[in-house]
Amino acid sequence: MSEQPLLQLENAGKTFHLKPMFGAAKEVVAMRNISLSVEQGRALAVVGESGSGKSTLGRAVTRLFSLTEGRVLFKGRDISQMKSRSESLAYNRAVQMVFQDPFAALNPAHTIRHHLERPLKLHHKLSGWALAEAVKGVLADVELDPDMALSKYPHELSGGQRQRVNLARALAVGAELVVADEPTSMLDVSIRKSVLGLMKRMKTDRGITFLYITHDIATAHYLAEDTAVMFAGQVVEWGPSERVIANPQHPYTKVLLSAVPDPAQRFVASEDGGRAFAKGVEEVRALARKPAGLPVEVEPGHFVRHRLTQLDAA
Amino acid sequence: MSQLVNVKGLQVDFLTGKGLFTAVKGIDFDIGHGEVMGLAGESGCGKSTIAFSLMRLHRPPAIISKGSIIIDGEDVLAMPLDRLEKWRWSSVSMVFQSAMNSLNPVITLFEQFRDMLYRHTGMGRAQARARAEELLALVGIPPERLDDYPHQLSGGMRQRVVLAMALALNPKLIIMDEPTTALDVVVQREILQEIMALKARFGFSILFITHDLALMSQFADRISVMLEGKIVEVAPTAEIVANPAHAYTQKLWDAMPRLGAA
Repeated sequence: MSEQPLLQLENAGKTFHLKPMFGAAKEVVAMRNISLSVEQGRALAVVGESGSGKSTLGRAVTRLFSLTEGRVLFKGRDISQMKSRSESLAYNRAVQMVFQDPFAALNPAHTIRHHLERPLKLHHKLSGWALAEAVKGVLADVELDPDMALSKYPHELSGGQRQRVNLARALAVGAELVVADEPTSMLDVSIRKSVLGLMKRMKTDRGITFLYITHDIATAHYLAEDTAVMFAGQVVEWGPSERVIANPQHPYTKVLLSAVPDPAQRFVASEDGGRAFAKGVEEVRALARKPAGLPVEVEPGHFVRHRLTQLDAA
Repeated sequence: MSQLVNVKGLQVDFLTGKGLFTAVKGIDFDIGHGEVMGLAGESGCGKSTIAFSLMRLHRPPAIISKGSIIIDGEDVLAMPLDRLEKWRWSSVSMVFQSAMNSLNPVITLFEQFRDMLYRHTGMGRAQARARAEELLALVGIPPERLDDYPHQLSGGMRQRVVLAMALALNPKLIIMDEPTTALDVVVQREILQEIMALKARFGFSILFITHDLALMSQFADRISVMLEGKIVEVAPTAEIVANPAHAYTQKLWDAMPRLGAA
């Protein structure tokens, strides 16, 4: 490896212990044996369906909880070993999260100015004129008009504008890595691309690294150089986005790709009650749920992990 | 009249503090028997307002100020209230965007089926049970789940249950207001494929509302594109895909990151 990746996961695993008020406690394995890495200024998309553990991965990276096994390395340093206050503050500053719901992520009782001033005050100790200038600067970076937006409350902005404010907030802190958990899934299709475009520019112009979590493999392809496909807590296939899409190896990746809406292909009513697709998906899911085997490199940088016994499935 | 739905000059106003706001500005459209009509447009363009007006479910401050809605030969706007109550769901039913909110979280699925079947057909408990099991089987959910509460089902299953309810009284038209927006792509595909098969079997028409043009063009026979309360383009799906006439339709296409088009 030529240079050290910004973020590295090594055999990361997370098990949740659920203790319901009634009934027996049970264990849920949300992440199993995940190894991934992202280099500075690149984007890694983590693609998977609901419940595949992709959000767990994002939260583990932002230290919202600790891992059960394995480690997360940020610039080569194990994040669970960051004990001193200054070190964990620096990490919290460098890694920011953008959430799915732009309505819930902003405090409805404060103006946009408040949301952007606080990180600048707390992390950069700015005040007075410098502060006002910096606030304008970050808003301009996310292509919002400062005169229009600053004195408004979150409910006065549209979903897309709010998501831009969230990105501005991450910029204001001085983020190096942004963990974006489905940032566009609650937005209208017609503005999705403009927010993705903004993230793309943040990546190329400022060298911000993205961990982009999504269920839409089409948007993953738009933003990220690398894609990792997750299912049932395991990464089943990863590699350059283009190769993963052009030459999918794992049956689950193929299912994800076939489900992307394609205007050229019409739905037809089949005699089996439309279950053929669902049935196929269920089979693939059952297959992918089993512990994955060792990674096999199909092309340079493009890996796939089939289940243990059968190396060339589907 | 050969068309199932005939809407002429429909105008819906909202009474606001700042005066009248016209959300739907005089639109005309029709839906044929067994046709899937798509209604596309961005948030706030009036798509859902139309859906609600068709069933006269709009509530003040919304008022229908002009126009006529004729569904299956009946004038919806002139219908007396008691007739309307019977007519809703048995002729026209609706699948809402978030299945989470359209099911009652504190009663079991069976109670919700029973309530609806009793109100409309006067069915007894045993009969309703049989019918509900039949309906669940149609959408591929095991009948024993009838005694579960909505939170025990996944998002996709809940949407299936809502779909089963919409089918219960053999309606002629089902309005689907963003039925799969909250679901991930794989489940979305599974459900739409099932709707297609059910449509072939029962022959109802669908008004399909979404902002995802790519998805809509896989599903609809004709597509209407809405912008700020007006329909700017109506054309068969192939036409909208191949050569969209209106600038806004082209913009909608460009706004989507798609596979293949990098």
